[in-house]
Amino acid sequence: MKLDRTAWLTLILVMGAALALAILNQATPPGSAAHVPTYVIALAGKYLCFAMLALAVDLVWGFAGILSLGHAAFFALGGYAMGMYLMRQIGTRGVYGNANLPDFMVFLGWHDLPWYWYGFSWFPFAVLMVVLVPGLLALVFGWLAFRSRVTGVYLSIITQALTYALLLAFFRNDMGFGGNNGMTDFKDILGFSVQADSTRSGLLVISALFLCAQFLMARYVVTSRFGKVLIAVRDTENRTRFLGYRPESYKLVVWVLSAVMAGIGGALYVPQVGIINPSEFAPGNSIEAVIWVAVGGRGTLAGAIIGALVVNFGKTWFTGAFPEVWLYALGFLFIFVTLFLPKGIMGLFARRQRRPAEIEPEVTPAAREVTG
Amino acid sequence: MIRLLTALLFVLSLSSGSARAQDADDAFQALASGSFDQVRTGVAQLVASGSPRAAPVITALQAGKLYASSDHALFIKQDDDSFVDAATGAPAPDVMASGVKPVRLNNAVRGAIDAALGALQLFAPDPAIRLQAADAVFTAHDPAALPALKKALATETDTTVKLHMQQAQAAALLVSDDASEADRLAAVGVLRARGDLDARGFLSSLSDQPPAVATAAATAITSIDRMLQLWGLAQSVYYGLSLGSVLLLAAAGLAITFGVMGVINMAHGEMVMIGAYVTFTVQQALHAYLPAFYPASLLIAVPLAFLVAGLVGVVVERSLIRWLYGRPLETLLATWGLSLVLQQAVRSIFGANNRDVDTPAWMSGATQLGGLTLTWNRMYIILFAILVLAALMAALRYTSLGLRMRAVTQNRRMAAAMGIRTPWIDALTFGLGSGVAGMAGVALSQIDNVSPNLGQSYIIDSFMVVVFGGVGNLWGTTLGALTLGIVNKFLEPVAGAVLGKIVVLVLLILFIQRRPRGMFPLKGRAAEA
Repeated sequence: MKLDRTAWLTLILVMGAALALAILNQATPPGSAAHVPTYVIALAGKYLCFAMLALAVDLVWGFAGILSLGHAAFFALGGYAMGMYLMRQIGTRGVYGNANLPDFMVFLGWHDLPWYWYGFSWFPFAVLMVVLVPGLLALVFGWLAFRSRVTGVYLSIITQALTYALLLAFFRNDMGFGGNNGMTDFKDILGFSVQADSTRSGLLVISALFLCAQFLMARYVVTSRFGKVLIAVRDTENRTRFLGYRPESYKLVVWVLSAVMAGIGGALYVPQVGIINPSEFAPGNSIEAVIWVAVGGRGTLAGAIIGALVVNFGKTWFTGAFPEVWLYALGFLFIFVTLFLPKGIMGLFARRQRRPAEIEPEVTPAAREVTG
Repeated sequence: MIRLLTALLFVLSLSSGSARAQDADDAFQALASGSFDQVRTGVAQLVASGSPRAAPVITALQAGKLYASSDHALFIKQDDDSFVDAATGAPAPDVMASGVKPVRLNNAVRGAIDAALGALQLFAPDPAIRLQAADAVFTAHDPAALPALKKALATETDTTVKLHMQQAQAAALLVSDDASEADRLAAVGVLRARGDLDARGFLSSLSDQPPAVATAAATAITSIDRMLQLWGLAQSVYYGLSLGSVLLLAAAGLAITFGVMGVINMAHGEMVMIGAYVTFTVQQALHAYLPAFYPASLLIAVPLAFLVAGLVGVVVERSLIRWLYGRPLETLLATWGLSLVLQQAVRSIFGANNRDVDTPAWMSGATQLGGLTLTWNRMYIILFAILVLAALMAALRYTSLGLRMRAVTQNRRMAAAMGIRTPWIDALTFGLGSGVAGMAGVALSQIDNVSPNLGQSYIIDSFMVVVFGGVGNLWGTTLGALTLGIVNKFLEPVAGAVLGKIVVLVLLILFIQRRPRGMFPLKGRAAEA
């Protein structure tokens, strides 16, 4: 795989910025002009996790034409797996000081740890679950959906149903995942305190590493032969099928891969924000993730990262400065981007640079045929 | 209690006119005696005597305003601290507060008073009060009330009241000590026929019955249980139908726009919300300027909501959606953005809090149909949904706009070739769909909170209906909405509201596997979307 200029630039910028922030936070004393406050570190780490989610959405939407409106569900599931590990690490330091049960279970009057919590005190097991839980859910859901050729808006709607069902399920106290309040009050991860500046800086750098790794992997997938078929499926699924490919298998592979990427993003997100609760499953979250991709440029991978960072920075700034205006801004952003900027921010650069068109998104002729 | 009963029976056995006056005198004597037991007997005697003074005297006794003088005469203390003679009601100006002592009460006497007042109401002129009294007697099922019930039954003409009195009599009879087995069996039969939860509770609390009666009670309980189960089922169907008609109202417009244009309108829920806020505004305006028309506020709101939401729909189509045809997924995103803007706009105008929309008097309340409770507002919503559905179908079937819409749904390019101006059809379809959503908002304002998030809570359900029923087919939408509504309400008691909903969603996701285009898919080229 040969990396083009955009890819190099993305990698260097992401890694460079993360390292610079971390070093400025760690190496300078608080109060000096060059010092980066810890909340900025946490915020940047959060953005990078969202960028992983955006990358995952771009992989399926931009290259396989699957508009998932439920990708935040995989993100949240990964987050919950990590949250469970972090809950077990609290041990006797909880409010109730119960060595065997997390606080919320003591509060609910439970006596035994549910079986699905076994093993989560062991980090490698938790990591395995971060990959397996979103991956398996995506495998089952995708297998069912793609096999019976559920496509287009129907697929989008049932992905909404999926995340909505999970939202309702995780709100229930009986589920044993903390119900409404979710999990919070984490103490440490692998022995490092999650509150410490050094841990936060470390997590930021790790998030950047994972983001870069995911970016490289996604690029490898879409530039490979496999990726070419995927783009063919995106543009005309039926024609690809008639050429002898099995679109559902290609879609399933990229779908599961994407879900795992989102799950890893969620797992890194939780220790940095310090809480995971069912609101992460809210249908609106998944749709917001799609708009990050649309803003950055669908089907460009680097655009997804840029979009996630730009929109979330905007959100932080707006909700701080003019909280009333944020929903207007987000709403008009959706409308503006879809109407006037169909190729997103990357489209602006592409026009000037005349990049090769191999992974450019285009309006699918199939869709044009039907409604045109 | 037994003594009270024998006293009552004794008193009732002598019920000629002159004896009655005698009874009343005896009762007054007993009330003035100062012994709790005698006072209790006196209360029952007084009721049974049928004296017109019974009600005021017993009420006064209950309120602690009945006083006895040292020579056993009774007086009622008025609000202005003067006294009247208890037996005649004539003023007694020469009675001094120092010369009389209040008649004391204990819990046994208070119980007797309650029963007595209940029994007295059995003779009230208003049938509603008599009905209430009969039900009160049923709840208390005190055998002391039996004689009074018997008398009341003899003169009762209202069939409902009579039935309730018989049930009360049956209950009292079953707990009394000296009823015959045949009477008891008949009483169990009466209660079995009543067949509600109260009757079941009473029957299962019975003890010390003859074996035949106990068996009869046991079978009556099983029969009542079966009946209750059936009624519960019917109630679930009713709730399901009412939820289904709400879903139908919310989804019908969506199905039309989706069917005709292949466009998913994520802002559809906000059209519903707009309709609900139109209702609120209409009510506020009527309240301020035309209070006389206030009861008709909903009738005014329905067409207005249709127009306002429809107009918003047309504007949205002309300014936003038409640029995105052929890109259904982008449309989805843009309309989602629009929904955020509309929500925030409504929040800025009306505030983030819930707004109160009144239910007109003619829509509130409920009616009882056997074991079914039919609330009027849900009843009206079901009717309204039927009306809207019928109107929509008629519009699609018999108007020229409907004809064009159907043509565009089936084959857009062919329709355009035949001279149909498809852009106009699109705009009008979108307006129609949004207008229907607006009318749904009027209905929803009656059963849900009117808040900026109103639409969001229904949008996913509406999509489920459309996905389930298939697009471009109102029958499919109807069937989908009703099925989802009823399945939801049936799962609720079994699995709880939240889990029930999750199960429905999972079932739907599985259903899509078998029928990726809903129950009634479009056929031909349109199916390739």
